[in-house]
Amino acid sequence: MPQDALAKTGVTIRPADAGDAVAGVQPTWVALPESTEEVAALLRVAAEHDLAVTPVGGGTKLDWGPPPERCDLLVDLCCLNEVLEYAAGDLVVRVQAGITLEALNRHLAPQNQELALDIPVPGTTVGGLLATALCGPRRFRYGAPRDLIIGITVVLADGTIARSGGKVVKNVAGYDLGKLFTGSYGTLGVITEATFRLHPLPPHRRWVTTKTGPDLGALAVQLARSQTEPSAIELDWSSGSPDCTLALLFEGASAASRAAAIPITPQPETSDDPPTWWNRLPDGPTLLELRVPPGSVGTLVREVTSAPMTGHALRGSVASGVFHLAVPDTRRLPALRDRVEALGGRLIVLSGPDGGAGRWGTISALDLMRRVKARFDPDRRMSPGRFVGGI
Amino acid sequence: MVDQLTGRLREVLPDEAVITDPVRLRTYECDGLTYHRATPGVVVLPETAEQIAAVVRLCQEFQVPFVARGSGTGLSGGALPRSDGVLIVTSRMRRVLSVDLDARLAVVEPGVTNLAITEAVRDAGYYYAPDPSSQQICSIGGNVAENSGGAHCLKYGFTVNHVLAVELVTPDGDIVDLSAMDAGYDLLGAFIGSEGTLGIATKITVRLSRTPEAVTTMLAAFTTIEGGGRAVSAIIGAGIVPAAIEMMDALAIEAAEAAVKCEYPAGAGAVLVVELDGPETEVETQFAQVERICREADAFEIRVAASAEERAAIWKGRKSAFAAVGRISPAYIVQDGVVPRTALGEVLAGIDRLQEEFGIRVANVFHAGDGNLHPLVLFDDGVAGEGERAEIVSGRILDLCIEHGGSITGEHGVGVDKSRYMPRMFTDEDLDTMQLVRCAFDPGNLSNPGKVFPTPRLCGEVPVVRKGPHPFEAELL
Repeated sequence: MPQDALAKTGVTIRPADAGDAVAGVQPTWVALPESTEEVAALLRVAAEHDLAVTPVGGGTKLDWGPPPERCDLLVDLCCLNEVLEYAAGDLVVRVQAGITLEALNRHLAPQNQELALDIPVPGTTVGGLLATALCGPRRFRYGAPRDLIIGITVVLADGTIARSGGKVVKNVAGYDLGKLFTGSYGTLGVITEATFRLHPLPPHRRWVTTKTGPDLGALAVQLARSQTEPSAIELDWSSGSPDCTLALLFEGASAASRAAAIPITPQPETSDDPPTWWNRLPDGPTLLELRVPPGSVGTLVREVTSAPMTGHALRGSVASGVFHLAVPDTRRLPALRDRVEALGGRLIVLSGPDGGAGRWGTISALDLMRRVKARFDPDRRMSPGRFVGGI
Repeated sequence: MVDQLTGRLREVLPDEAVITDPVRLRTYECDGLTYHRATPGVVVLPETAEQIAAVVRLCQEFQVPFVARGSGTGLSGGALPRSDGVLIVTSRMRRVLSVDLDARLAVVEPGVTNLAITEAVRDAGYYYAPDPSSQQICSIGGNVAENSGGAHCLKYGFTVNHVLAVELVTPDGDIVDLSAMDAGYDLLGAFIGSEGTLGIATKITVRLSRTPEAVTTMLAAFTTIEGGGRAVSAIIGAGIVPAAIEMMDALAIEAAEAAVKCEYPAGAGAVLVVELDGPETEVETQFAQVERICREADAFEIRVAASAEERAAIWKGRKSAFAAVGRISPAYIVQDGVVPRTALGEVLAGIDRLQEEFGIRVANVFHAGDGNLHPLVLFDDGVAGEGERAEIVSGRILDLCIEHGGSITGEHGVGVDKSRYMPRMFTDEDLDTMQLVRCAFDPGNLSNPGKVFPTPRLCGEVPVVRKGPHPFEAELL
């Protein structure tokens, strides 16, 4: 019996309840492993007994994506929450996947360092951040999670423990599994450890906020090419507002003087604190991610904000071209996706109903992705159905 | 087999794009790692992705391996041809297809040189950030294959951080786009740095970076390498991320002086090249800090470039260092290892011990900011046994890197040169897991086989969906 075999691993197992549901699918058991080896023992049992597995970190985005076809075992990584190795002089940290980003940055702050990834959803764990590859405002300066991960430990569906990368920033030995697993939504295996490149905490941060009309394409291009080097250029808009709010973040010793120098009239407001909406996802029944080439930002923003509709909220980076749009219903999704793809972009339904429009949009390499999935998880037991093309 | 294939290649390519003349074939027998050589079975010079796809499909039909080659500047034998295979050279695919400054990107063919991208956009105030030392001749396709770095990757990252999309010909001969825009697995991230084993890039979309407002380059000379090392640690400890921090030891300085008369301060045991860039106010503040740190670490001379010419003069010695050791040694091995920055001192001391033990000189040139060492192991190939001793020293240096938690390659790649060291860095499970990616892309193992991984493994069929216990276990139940 599976539960006897699970019990024999020595890992704490409890029966699942409604609160453990993965996008509405309630698992049978929840396991609370405390090490990579325990995760491997669990996955070996899952392989023997044909159990479908979904890994979970903070559970903050467990309702994102389509529901799994089946889910027998939820592997909760909350107890794998240690900082394993922190070499401040090397600007490198190795952590277990269950640690929250907040806890990690508390650990790094005394050395005046940080993992320069924003956390749009509070309570996000390192594993959850990697699995969904969610980005915040400072992606423009520091990159996405895949740009700062330098090493990873994963457990595959058959219980194999595998590592790639290492603990040095510069390293091209072997394939980069860290990038492959980043954004894989738990469908290739369980991420148990990750090593990151860190950045020094900037001595000063300064935000500049201004109102602008929806025709901000030229302004966005101008700000993004500014040699004052803002770390982020974010937009906030919601239905009914004639204006968009733009906020720029400057970091560094000269943050204040650079903030004062940006060429916007009338003189914008500056502050040592972010606007309340900074680094937060907009709220609504369906949450979309819109990605467009930065040159098409103006067109996208104008079209989204000029449509006569209520209950929409748009936030995101006018510099990177990545936005989040909350919508009250899914009626406009097919038309909006067509439009975004015509601009060379993609529309992805992160959470909430997709109204049958499909979640992921066009993917050129879907066949290769299916082949990767078939190699890593031939029995389709890792979060089956949770990812692109029903992977 | 190659002979039969060659006839078919002429059906999909113009005659002059298929090379079979033995003399011409030999010009392709090695890349920048010249002591591994093999004459390719046949060389093709395609001009389009469709032609490459047709060649690859023929290779599949005849089960003949193929190897892609850009400019052939690689230093790990990644483009070493196969005498039983096809060498696909992208040197005729050199067009910059489009530049979109508003979107900060350029679309280029794989044979375009790294520097040509920057030259195409420099006047508009942009550049392509990764800058391997060979940037004047190395191709962007090769950069993608190797995930090339360069002196400035300390601050700006590697090729993988600056490529937004790749069109590739898969080992099946399909043309597929891997794009950061698309949802799904980050196959782009897995492909970049896969050293030609997952297919051939035929079109590359790169991110352009804005030229920084200010650039300050300084040269600090120290009597000892320890002094330079202390300065590096203190700079990083002060929360400064320079665009580059490069270090050369006395022997490397001597070689550079002999080769290019770089006129680095006399008597230096080590020189440090530090480059800061960014907004002017930021650079000014950091420059004052770096200068103070270097003086506190007993720098006996500090030079600051006041012009582009002076900056070039400071970089001249560093950029010529590899070739320069040819002036002080008949032969040398360029090594590429990485250690955590904090272990630099211990590893350099270890290299000193190796020099004494084996009677082999090692010139050290390194990207000190990210712990990427390029020891140049010098030897006289006219002296019996010296080449072998140099090989041992070179391998022992990699062992030192691994012992200290580092890597066997920071930017030159594994290729044929280092595949045998992979098991020292990774377990069988790690390597088998990487092979899963390989098998997904190239189940027939025809795309640059024999590179990166020590023992080629058969991929076999994808296991059929299995439910319940394994049959053997079921019998035991």
